[in-house]
Amino acid sequence: MNALTNRSKTVERKPMTFWEKIYLPAIAKGMSITFSHIFKKKPTINYPEQTRPFSPVFRGLQVLNRDEEGRERCTACGLCAVACPAEAITMEAAERLPGEENLYREEKYAAKYEINMLRCIFCGLCEEACPKDAVYLSETFATANYNRQSFIYGKKDMLIPHPKLQPEEYERAKGLRVNPK
Amino acid sequence: MHEMFLIIDWAIAIEKLVLIAVIVSLSLVVAMYETYAERKIAAFIQDRRGPSRAGPFGILQPLADGLKLFMKEEIVPNLSNKFLFVIGPGLAMLTAMMTSAVVPWSSHLHAFGRDIDLQIADVNIGILYIFGVVSMGVYGVMIGGWASNNKFSLLAAIRGASQIISYELAMGLSLIALLMLSGSLSLRTIVEQQQDGWYYVFYQPLGFLIFLVCAFAECNRTPFDLSEAESELNFGYHQEYSSMKLGFYLFAEYVNMFISSAVMATIFFGGYDIPFVNDANFGAQHGQNLLATLQGLSLFIKVVIFIFFFIWVRWTIPRFRYDQLMNLGWKGLIPLALLNMLVTGFVILLKQNNWHF
Repeated sequence: MNALTNRSKTVERKPMTFWEKIYLPAIAKGMSITFSHIFKKKPTINYPEQTRPFSPVFRGLQVLNRDEEGRERCTACGLCAVACPAEAITMEAAERLPGEENLYREEKYAAKYEINMLRCIFCGLCEEACPKDAVYLSETFATANYNRQSFIYGKKDMLIPHPKLQPEEYERAKGLRVNPK
Repeated sequence: MHEMFLIIDWAIAIEKLVLIAVIVSLSLVVAMYETYAERKIAAFIQDRRGPSRAGPFGILQPLADGLKLFMKEEIVPNLSNKFLFVIGPGLAMLTAMMTSAVVPWSSHLHAFGRDIDLQIADVNIGILYIFGVVSMGVYGVMIGGWASNNKFSLLAAIRGASQIISYELAMGLSLIALLMLSGSLSLRTIVEQQQDGWYYVFYQPLGFLIFLVCAFAECNRTPFDLSEAESELNFGYHQEYSSMKLGFYLFAEYVNMFISSAVMATIFFGGYDIPFVNDANFGAQHGQNLLATLQGLSLFIKVVIFIFFFIWVRWTIPRFRYDQLMNLGWKGLIPLALLNMLVTGFVILLKQNNWHF
């Protein structure tokens, strides 16, 4: 039978010579290899203290955005939910009442906005579909949890901190990509 | 009539008791940090960092490990032989510690108006004593494996026993050639004979090599750790053990490693002799106490080098297959040791005859 590729090698099954049989040369060779590894640079990154930078196209957890005055941008149009291939997004709309102009940018807003992080595939189509730049994917990822219910993220989990009232948290939530140091 | 009473020299009794306490705790501490060194060196060889969380550079890791072992639930299997099950790890630990009694750790200190030998007992059959105690070490493995009432453990115990018995032969034979040179079984005498810097390893390189291989086998270290082969026997003779009983078995292995390193350094590498230094002159110039300290340090450094070698080999060489192990022991090392013995005997006779046939 012909070999499938020209790279095949026949295995030699000659009995070992005396030099091979006493193992020592092979052992010395192996030990020199392992010894040289002691001084090699370690590729390890000490995780909680050091983190590897995310790639520029990394897609993490969704964040609900606010505008410069701290008003929620989402108008509950539902385009993200339509675009979502995993059907992870549900929302309920409500009308903005007089006196709530400092809270919501548009006349209609999302009273409830939920993303099931177990269904989400982090494809970023919601971010692309949004006409109001209200949802975008951040640089964090979903933390481990004990029950499935806690993976349904609501507005309180995803809404970005207020840019004026909590500027530090806001900067942190924006991540390094928006504001590279 | 008061000569009839047994007169105890209290000074020497206290001296020896203190020495025993120091050496036992020293070997335990060294064994603790051997586990740390093992994990650290293994990590470096595999391009990792190793334990680094407990204390600076992970230096408290052995304490954390020990605490963990103490906290674990102590499980004794229902169908095991309870008495033997408990005595197994104790025996392993006991035999590991007992060997240290005849090793000379340094020359002598001069304190409290008397010379204090830094050796627990200068037995004139020191090497025979070591062989006797080391071969008792196999009972720890065997009793543990038998009392567990588990087929894997039993297989491991049988493997371990036959391995240790096979390699003890080659070990003994390799030392006979050396004993023909030294003419003494006392370890202190052997060390004193090497004070001129001509260590016995230069006279007996083959004997040393055989002894080294056998020491690996006696300590159950890779490549000879067949009695605890994880992949074949799910952990071997200590599979049923938990908590500090398991800890004793694991610890005994490290104590064994320390002691056998000390024995190898003593027999083949001049023991507490400081290399490239005339010890007697140094002692006369700088005082005996400083000399004894430096000598102890010198032995310790030699031991540390051996321990590093043990660990380095473990993370390089894969385990032998059982038939390869027996082939190496019976068909490789024993004939070599016999040859070494014959050649040494021939040369000694020739020398006694002033190099005439």
